[in-house]
Amino acid sequence: MSIYRQLKVCFLALAWLSGSSALARELVDSGGRPINVPEQITKVFAAGPPASILLYVLAPEKMTGWPNPLRPAEAPYVAEPFRDLPALGRLTGRGGTANLEVVLRVKPDLILDFGSVRDTYISLANAVQSQTGIPYALIDGRFAATPASLRLLGKILAVEERAETLASYVEKTFNEIDSVIASILESDRPRVYLARGPDGLETGVKGSINTEIIERAGGRNVADAPGQRGIVRASIEQVIVANPDTIITWDPIFYENVYKDPLWSGIEAVERRRVYLSPVAPFGWIDRPPSINRVIGLKWLAGLFYPDKLGGDLNAMTREFYKLFYHVDLSDAELETLIEWSKGQAPSNAGAR
Amino acid sequence: MVEGTSTLERRRTLSEHPTAILFGLTGLLVVLIAVAASTGAYPISFGEMLAAIWRWLTGQDPIGTTDTVLFEIRLPRVFAGVLAGAALAAAGAAYQGLFRNPLVSPDILGVSSGAGLGAVIGIFFSLPIWAIQFSAFAMGLATVGVVYLIASMVRGREPILVLVLAGVVVGSLTGAAISLLKILADPYDQLPAIVFWLLGSLSSIRNADVINAAPLVLIALIPLILLRWRINVLSLGDEEAKALGVDSSKLRLVVIFAATLMTASVVAISGVIGWVGLVIPHLARMLVGPNFERLLPASMLMGGGYLLLVDTVARSLTVTEIPLGILTAIIGAPFFLWLLARGRDGWS
Repeated sequence: MSIYRQLKVCFLALAWLSGSSALARELVDSGGRPINVPEQITKVFAAGPPASILLYVLAPEKMTGWPNPLRPAEAPYVAEPFRDLPALGRLTGRGGTANLEVVLRVKPDLILDFGSVRDTYISLANAVQSQTGIPYALIDGRFAATPASLRLLGKILAVEERAETLASYVEKTFNEIDSVIASILESDRPRVYLARGPDGLETGVKGSINTEIIERAGGRNVADAPGQRGIVRASIEQVIVANPDTIITWDPIFYENVYKDPLWSGIEAVERRRVYLSPVAPFGWIDRPPSINRVIGLKWLAGLFYPDKLGGDLNAMTREFYKLFYHVDLSDAELETLIEWSKGQAPSNAGAR
Repeated sequence: MVEGTSTLERRRTLSEHPTAILFGLTGLLVVLIAVAASTGAYPISFGEMLAAIWRWLTGQDPIGTTDTVLFEIRLPRVFAGVLAGAALAAAGAAYQGLFRNPLVSPDILGVSSGAGLGAVIGIFFSLPIWAIQFSAFAMGLATVGVVYLIASMVRGREPILVLVLAGVVVGSLTGAAISLLKILADPYDQLPAIVFWLLGSLSSIRNADVINAAPLVLIALIPLILLRWRINVLSLGDEEAKALGVDSSKLRLVVIFAATLMTASVVAISGVIGWVGLVIPHLARMLVGPNFERLLPASMLMGGGYLLLVDTVARSLTVTEIPLGILTAIIGAPFFLWLLARGRDGWS
């Protein structure tokens, strides 16, 4: 038995002793991994931005920090005590910036990851769990799984009641939209292009996590490249050929230029002035990151795609969502900022860090 | 044995007709331009293309999307491909002569990594596209300036060795700065933009880009053309150059400046594209020999044609774009290994 193994055994024993004051519960996460969590979970470390938002909407008092510092434009839309939490870094994904020692120093009862439950992430979860002795819960981040994921985390964190409220809100939203788009032929649905980047020529291929909101809201993604996934570059010629009737973006630079740019002027979406800018405060409405924040974007997009059937009162909808999910009572000025933003008027500090 | 002899003979006959080769390469480039201009996602037949060009030449009003696609999207991109390929290959040929080393590429003194850092800074601070391009251009020049300054402060050593080492050191420093910004960048919108920029692409090229970059490339070309004979002398080595009355350190500065300006101008609009400046001058040397007077135009014609070809593949092979850096590496690396294995590289 090597010294490291002995140390590990000692460490695990210590971890078990320190954790045994609270009764452990055995649960299974979305990756099918059994996890032992204490009866009372008071501190949770979110492994990345999607997880931090899931945790923030469900149980903000259990947060230990944010993966990235909040930007100036974002902070006012996060409830007071939580906006000042420290930035602790990301544990997963591209460029893991969190230090495992930092994770151990904040002594979380649970590490939470929300997103893909593919083998890479399962093995990462197992590795971090055995290295730190802290239970690591992997929750399915697909948009369609949102209600189930909320309920599962509610159970893990013992906040079932709140989880049920949010889950049924999301379910109701999904059902409302589904019942409308079920009767709409595929060929009658809007053809949508997601423009990313300042030149608008980055997009997400149909079927990737970055664009699933388009189909969810009853649109068709024009970037359909079978066999490809994720973010790709397109050329303006391809956009002209695809001729989308609706363009969605969150890049204010692109939005500002698209109506002036002669190259984009022939595209149906631009001719019909159907280019829509998504607000990104405190989190993006349509993506960025792909987490619970997309629920408000889904309602917004569905309203834009089908104004007669799904176009509700955006003001009331936004106020309700921010209250229910983000714990903030929007002031009239703040609400106005968001609504103007969704109409194309991004606040001047939108891109600032 | 028989094959070997015939290859040798063919090479000799090829090198003996440089003018014919240059004409042939020009013709090939023209054909490639015509093919590239009529290829693309938007269907434009060859006849429609000629009709649109006729309308443009005779000053008629453009009609419809065909003209927009052709004159605002596809032709700028075709010319940008030719320009970038020609500039990278010319800079590579100049550097290879300057450093007397066939393994040298235009980024040896850090121009590409510097331009990369400039662009990444621009993306990181969410600057508009023209500012990102300018930042890339300026940082590319500045990086080589710093390298040259460091090298000129170190005295009493082989100047070329010092230059290369300073280039390596500064290049890896800028690489580290790029990595740092990648870590700090927003993973959802800035990081993909950074990755795509560092892989190179001509997908967002428009007329203004070509109009901005082309004069700078032409200006940088002038000293290389005027000094073609001296650059030949330089490739003999400093001692020999001095014996022939060439001030090698002054000449070196001019060549470095010209090659850097050229590379930075195109990299600013295309992103980082590797391998062209390394492989193409080799190929050109095989065809026309090491004389810079012929090597320069041959490299430019071949570099322009090659990058145009690669870019046409990049935009028509799949529904989405394939980053150029990936394709040039996939084609360039095995080709380069083949060159190495072959041994003879036309320097003799």
